[in-house]
Amino acid sequence: MNIIVCVKQVPDAKDVRLDPKTNTMAREGVEAIMNPFDRHAVEEGVRLKEHHGGTVTVLSMGPPQAEAILREAVSCGADEAVLVSDRAFAGADTWATTYTLGKAIEKIGPFDLILCGKQAIDGDTAQVGPGLAKRLNIPYVSYVRKITGFENDAILLHRLMDDGYDEVEIPLPGLLTVVKEINEPRVPSLKGKMKAKSLSIKTLNAGDIEADADSLGLPGSTTQVVKVFAPEFKGERAMLEGTVDEQVEQLVNKLEPYL
Amino acid sequence: MLRIDIEACIGCGVCEEECTFDAIEVIDGVAVVNEKCTLCGSCVDSCEVDALSIEQKEKVVQADLTEWSGIMIYAEFRHGKVAPVSFELLGIGRQLADQQNVPLSAVLLGSGLGDAARDLVSYGADIVYQVDDPALECFTDEIYGNILEDVAREQKPEVVLAGATAIGRSFIPLVATSLATGLTADCTQLAIRPDDGVLLQTRPAFGGNIMATIECPHTRPQMATVRPRVMKAAQQDPERKGEIIDYQPKPERLQSKVKVLRNVLEEQDQVNITEGDTIVAGGRGLDNEKGFELIKQLADAVGGAVGASRAAVDSEWIAYPHQVGQTGKTVNPKLYIACGISGAIQHVVGMQSSETIVAINKDPHASIFDVATYGIVGDLFEVVPKLIEKIKERRG
Repeated sequence: MNIIVCVKQVPDAKDVRLDPKTNTMAREGVEAIMNPFDRHAVEEGVRLKEHHGGTVTVLSMGPPQAEAILREAVSCGADEAVLVSDRAFAGADTWATTYTLGKAIEKIGPFDLILCGKQAIDGDTAQVGPGLAKRLNIPYVSYVRKITGFENDAILLHRLMDDGYDEVEIPLPGLLTVVKEINEPRVPSLKGKMKAKSLSIKTLNAGDIEADADSLGLPGSTTQVVKVFAPEFKGERAMLEGTVDEQVEQLVNKLEPYL
Repeated sequence: MLRIDIEACIGCGVCEEECTFDAIEVIDGVAVVNEKCTLCGSCVDSCEVDALSIEQKEKVVQADLTEWSGIMIYAEFRHGKVAPVSFELLGIGRQLADQQNVPLSAVLLGSGLGDAARDLVSYGADIVYQVDDPALECFTDEIYGNILEDVAREQKPEVVLAGATAIGRSFIPLVATSLATGLTADCTQLAIRPDDGVLLQTRPAFGGNIMATIECPHTRPQMATVRPRVMKAAQQDPERKGEIIDYQPKPERLQSKVKVLRNVLEEQDQVNITEGDTIVAGGRGLDNEKGFELIKQLADAVGGAVGASRAAVDSEWIAYPHQVGQTGKTVNPKLYIACGISGAIQHVVGMQSSETIVAINKDPHASIFDVATYGIVGDLFEVVPKLIEKIKERRG
């Protein structure tokens, strides 16, 4: 099984705050990490390879620094790493991103399965997985929480729904987006770390993927950000006082409208 | 545009059959394309002699944005009933439609729809396009996506809205990509800019630490998924009149490569944390699985769903679908009661937009109190049982 896992480098959300006065993002000292959901996608890819053979290629679109998360994925068992990087990609929305990733994947060559995290924690859109599947004209399943089988070129799996789960069969080639419940990612092995250190990462730019310049980055995007602002928090903030009984009494009074 | 190589074309008619939009016909032994062509590309794939091609210009320039008019919502229907978010979409959709002075339509897909379309009319839809078909019994991205795409292509609404539910967030990106238009996920505010009729879509990003307003200036429809429980639901008026149209999809549009073999519901009352009015959530402070029972009892007493912090889920006291936070679900109930949850930012980003937040924690410095509307510092094993007792008393 030839597997491609898409990974994204994101700022650690706990560090990201907007300065309400200047309305600029305080990015200083913000740590860049592999999107947490993508770690589960890498792990699932490596597990599938271990059971059924094949290779795992990790693919990221991002600035040169995104190499770090590709090496991290290799240290956890991925075989090859590809970075699609070009200044022309800057400002891409999910439409321009799926175009770019689709072009890169065409360049990488034949695959059986593409794995993505369910969403990235910076944009939280959950749109790149399904959009990429459409670009490549392959079927997909979102929110996969368990892979239960692989037979006759089809994967059997559980898809998380709001009210339970669906047992689903998807023929390959296909694309899955995974939730964190699917597995517990491994820690890098010493061998993996050595490999990650020495592996040369293939880098593709806009020319290499034969992309149409008008379809990339901000000019190629269908959506544009008009305004960014800090969220407002409303309402009273009260610590209740008194004995436990008094506090409970006050609370139940406050909560009256909801009971 | 679609190019037809008349030297290569053998006039076999396969493309004519393949076309969903009656945009190709074979005239005098050669395929001819008409103005109904939407450049979907299905004919290109079907042609056995490679006579068809689409000029690959990905930058989509749509003929005329003003051709697109009307507000369309996707009305989610599951297990015999319309999902509550659909009525919220009708609420905001009606507002936008009235402002633009255009019709509000709903697309209703499912099996055994019953009177659901009439309900949608009574909640504000002017037109309902419904498809009642066994192929829609279980949700598949492909079939639901095909139909919504086809209806949108034919009706050309300026705006298409859907709920940001598991279903909406899964298949709406497919529809937007097929329609070559922009999509904004999980919006919490929508407004139309009066000068040019552009939809301003506001949504949280970075786990809610930042809000962003986004527009889709050059393509139509303008598409957004809308976070459940944020928009005010429309008022029902049983006398309201509207048109219900049985939309007939082409049989091939009812085929899916992905098959749903079985649909498993989980203790619905307590697990569907994205839809309920009240969530009672527990964290590390519960100490163990037995302690977590207390959360379930309080949830029962207030008629709420059960939520959990990552710590509680990782300790296997409760299953992952209950997890609230960055790597779980984002929720915004009217009431969120956090018991024994310290309030790590990864948890807070998933619940901070709740209307009222109650925090019960023995550590007065716990950061959960920073976002709490009402805080109680105390031993939850003492506080919660008393709270349950008091609430039961109130509710009789």
